[in-house]
Amino acid sequence: MIWPRPWGSSHKPLEGYRIVDLCVVWAGPFATMLLADLGAEVIKPENPFVFAPMTRGPMARPPKVLLDNATAWMGGLPRNEPGPHPWNYSPTFVSLYRNKKSFTVDIRRPEGREALRRLIAQSDVVYENNATGTMEKLGVTYDWLRSIRPDIIFVRVPAYGSTGPYSTARALGVHLEGVMGHTLLRGYDDADPSANTAIYSGDYLAGAQGAFAVMAALWHREKTGEGQLIEIAQAENASAMFTQAILDYTMNGIVQKAIGNRDIFGRYPCGVYPAKSPGTAEEMLDRWISIHCTTDEEWEALVRVMGEPAWAREERFATNDARAQNYRELDRLIGEWTATQDDYDLMHRLQAAGVPAAPVLEASRVFDDPHLRARDFFKKQTQLDAGTHEYMGPMWKFPETPVEFYQPPVMLGEHNEYVYRDLLGYSDAEIEALRAAGHITMEYAPDVP
Amino acid sequence: MQAFDDITVLDLTHYIAGPYATRLLADFGANVIKVERPGGDPARRLPPFKGEDDGSGERSGLFFYLNCNKRSIVLDLKSDAGRETLLALADKADLVVESFRPGVMDRLGIGWDVLHARKPSLPLISISNFGQTGPYRDYKVTELVLYGFAGEMYTMGLTEREPVKMAGTAALFESGSAIAVACAGALFASKRFGIGQHVDISLAETHFGGVDRRHATTIAYQFSGRKTLRQAGAGRGMPQGIYPCADGWVDFTNANLYPDRVIDMLGSPEWALDPKYADPLNRLNPEIIDEWNAQFMLWCIERTRREIWAEARRARLLCGPLFTTQDLFEDEHFRNRGFWTKVLHPLMGEIEMHGRPLQMSAGGWQLRRPAPLLGEHTREVLAEMRIPAPLASTVIQGGQP
Repeated sequence: MIWPRPWGSSHKPLEGYRIVDLCVVWAGPFATMLLADLGAEVIKPENPFVFAPMTRGPMARPPKVLLDNATAWMGGLPRNEPGPHPWNYSPTFVSLYRNKKSFTVDIRRPEGREALRRLIAQSDVVYENNATGTMEKLGVTYDWLRSIRPDIIFVRVPAYGSTGPYSTARALGVHLEGVMGHTLLRGYDDADPSANTAIYSGDYLAGAQGAFAVMAALWHREKTGEGQLIEIAQAENASAMFTQAILDYTMNGIVQKAIGNRDIFGRYPCGVYPAKSPGTAEEMLDRWISIHCTTDEEWEALVRVMGEPAWAREERFATNDARAQNYRELDRLIGEWTATQDDYDLMHRLQAAGVPAAPVLEASRVFDDPHLRARDFFKKQTQLDAGTHEYMGPMWKFPETPVEFYQPPVMLGEHNEYVYRDLLGYSDAEIEALRAAGHITMEYAPDVP
Repeated sequence: MQAFDDITVLDLTHYIAGPYATRLLADFGANVIKVERPGGDPARRLPPFKGEDDGSGERSGLFFYLNCNKRSIVLDLKSDAGRETLLALADKADLVVESFRPGVMDRLGIGWDVLHARKPSLPLISISNFGQTGPYRDYKVTELVLYGFAGEMYTMGLTEREPVKMAGTAALFESGSAIAVACAGALFASKRFGIGQHVDISLAETHFGGVDRRHATTIAYQFSGRKTLRQAGAGRGMPQGIYPCADGWVDFTNANLYPDRVIDMLGSPEWALDPKYADPLNRLNPEIIDEWNAQFMLWCIERTRREIWAEARRARLLCGPLFTTQDLFEDEHFRNRGFWTKVLHPLMGEIEMHGRPLQMSAGGWQLRRPAPLLGEHTREVLAEMRIPAPLASTVIQGGQP
């Protein structure tokens, strides 16, 4: 079969492999995005009668008051309006939906299940990260997939694994990270854990390693002809990030605690210091610079850039051990010095002297960074509903098989025609019947909130 | 049989991100030859150590975790014999990964031009702080500096205080995972199409493009001009955020979307059934939210983390208890699932640690060997890779631990 190369003439590492994407929220879509960036054809079957929260946004049709009240990364839709198709341009997901295809189908009904069956027959991988039980309820089991395509690779990403008492627990990255210890290990060293913002580093790890696992399984299949079932218990996967804490406990019985911005390896100074700010934190105009000296030489260089203040030569800061002992006072004094300075200017001066330092960048400032511009990092994409915007670029630069953003964040049902007609071979009459039954559409059903 | 057991990787990385990527390759079968400088990977000297640091470079738990399943050889790449040996090994490798500062490989005479001329299908993955090009090419980072600049750290913490990072070196582990994907991608391009290429990975770009909120805060600004406020968010929903309970803390998210499930979790107490809490507009009213949360906190404080989590699981709500590492270690769910694994190290004895990153039904994860002692496999690898005897003996005499 001739595979289309929608990106032009260059090869891509995974061209010719087809992946069925039944993913929700972030961890799964990130994995399939990485695979799509490497050239796999990723196709999303999406049910226009069911909306998975936090997948194409918080709700299919969020009221404006909800968006205005939500954090910007959830509520900041184009022009600050829900618009006619909010599911096509919620900032929660759009960046993860490049290079993918979407078609709509209600796989709970027999004719929908048949369309999915036909797609799976022509696919190499099925990837899902739904709450435990969801796929079983839909009848999408490894046995069913294997009966359609014996060498299928099926990836599942249950939060805590498919066995054991926690197997039914629902979780986003932030919850399973809490269980693995992250939330008590991060945050200010002088505040309680409720000062921690919800983060999703576990989605990063499981997403990237899920893409890696798919490639390992494809490599294995090329050699042996056999497909397989992959289970990524997301909590177990996240544990690698806390290696130091885990090994300190298993080797030494030490239970580590949150140490704020200090260095887990004990090298000082290491902190986030105020810089000259054009406005307040409430206006999101506060500025900060992180500085971390990892050697005595870097500390000496910092002292020189600070202009050799007398306090820096005091005994209490003379050695790393002394600086570690007196870090609060050290941080206060450095902060007094940084507070009047421009964060970028200070980074350049410190880096020129060999000191690791950089501004703590608020997201809107990323687009002004000269280094990212020089590396041509941002990619402009135009989506019919959202308009033209600059998106974050790819993870890596492959010169001979470049990651290209050839398909902008995919709209619901954008590839109905391609999937039903070209790929699955449905006739005009069959397509009309599926459309009449509500399978083929570019909108969520009116009663989906 | 393991997925990548036909692959040989020449691993010139050190510290955390690169070695974590090559450990994933090794975990799934790759023959990873870790090339260390005389004195070894600096991560050998990073804590936690088992007991006291004796200066041997063989007691770091971090180094141990990052380098299981690899073999170590020591080469002085500044010597002719070291360089020649490296090039001879590269001729037989399927992938070379390095994390020197940009320009160092070229100065050592083992850069992309040299490798590519010798073996056109061989990919080289170069990992650096900001990439091989651009004005910050030579800038330094550490976990804090990297994540503060490139990751979504600005919005972490309390509005009135400084932004605060993730734990430990989580950001470098994230980068390592993204690098492992690039390694596999480069192997596919090489194997399927004979393409060798010099892949440029900027640690910063692995965070600017990362899934943990940065992708969303940046495009939200592009879309709407809105910026994301730094705030913790506790108590801003019904329920939402981190709450104290009888023996610690529990974390809830998006429970607002499922009011019926919340009532079910609480056991349908009278206060929670008050119709005013069911009104969608009331549910966005801060005063009503505060009033509801005051009641909810009383419910939490009478229950343990595990009790609350069990009720939340039953009611199908997004919730997680905050565990310490000790809680995790003692937890029966993970222990019974076989999450923990034990490895014997020749100097440290038995080490128990977190095991498989994921489970494959064929060709999957195996722990085949502990992390290597410095230069433990120099002789073995040089012989196996058929490095000519005079060269091998020069390398070995030139300095092994």
